Amino acid sequence: MLIVTEELECLPKPVGDVRVTADQQLKPPFEVVVAQHGGTVLRVVRAVVGHSDADDAWSETFLAALKAYPQLPPDANIEAWLVTIAHRKAIDITRTASRRAVPVADLPDSPARERADTRDFDLDAAVGALPPKQRQAVAYHYLAGLPYSEIAQILDSSVAAARRAAADGIATLRRTYPLLDTARKRP
Amino acid sequence: MTTPSLTQHFPIDQDHLKRLHARLERDAQADHLLDIAYRTVDSAVGPLLLAATPLGLLRVAFASEGHDSVLQNLSARVSPRVLEAPTRLDPVARQLEEFFTGRRQGFDVALDWSLSHGFRRTVLEHLNTDIGYGTTTSYATLARLSGSPKAVRAVGTACATNPIPIVVPCHRVIRSDGAVGAYRGGPAAKRVLLDLERL
Repeated sequence: MLIVTEELECLPKPVGDVRVTADQQLKPPFEVVVAQHGGTVLRVVRAVVGHSDADDAWSETFLAALKAYPQLPPDANIEAWLVTIAHRKAIDITRTASRRAVPVADLPDSPARERADTRDFDLDAAVGALPPKQRQAVAYHYLAGLPYSEIAQILDSSVAAARRAAADGIATLRRTYPLLDTARKRP
Repeated sequence: MTTPSLTQHFPIDQDHLKRLHARLERDAQADHLLDIAYRTVDSAVGPLLLAATPLGLLRVAFASEGHDSVLQNLSARVSPRVLEAPTRLDPVARQLEEFFTGRRQGFDVALDWSLSHGFRRTVLEHLNTDIGYGTTTSYATLARLSGSPKAVRAVGTACATNPIPIVVPCHRVIRSDGAVGAYRGGPAAKRVLLDLERL
């Protein structure tokens, strides 16, 4: 599945007009971006679109990021940039999924699979039941670690509304997923 | 109220990330976005970094050069669209293994010369075509072959900055007095390569 959207508009606007060459040399090879942020982006898309579509969202996010990377200003916040792209890819994927004739997503197929990828279906259900804005705000703040000022830009809302969405989302999760504040046992 | 650590409830399996990385390599190649693919291989002269563009082999780097800083430099000079993607390097990796085990005397891979310009590139292209396996030449002879007999020092610089060592055989250029001379991978590596070719 390939969903075409306009990646370039995801780029943060540069502050000045032209960057000096010395800055260019500080931009790491894209492999470093994948190594440093691949895990975080996977957590974020798993929370936002669910496990079954997370791999597609991750792949489309990093492919779009690779395409736009040469134009990214060297001083940009790479994590916020990636989450912005992931946010748009997730919206595309959710739209496509809602148009699917038969809902096939998220059937828990076997306990063996749960053990294999340490997936927690109760948590998936609790996060999936949150309203989209709350789910996104929780993921971008608590999984990606973005400040609410960045999240407000991604969600096209005020900073106060982004903060409120994350707070409401976490409050609901505490109710619907009581294990939230307990340390997860490693398998 | 404490800040919940949601991250620990979303554990990430490293093998799963590796599979996603492999998919990214394939997608990037198919969409013509893989400007530089690289991998490392072990060899008789230590770990070698191999990097290639769609045009061909761009860079071979010794461990002493610092593979991370070599990649950073390629990112700045050629393109930051750099991924560890071994497939593109499979032919040269196989040929290097054959070379180091004495089963191969020349390389049959496309080269991307874009890191070499002007006289340096002329020197390296002559080196690549004129100085065969099991032979050596002097800096002075290579200067003559390159059309500038007096540019011996410049030939030395061209060899010392050869971006594709081993495949473009700058190890076959030695000093007129018979000494091994300088080498990007260090004199010990040069000696290993010359011994391999029984020189």
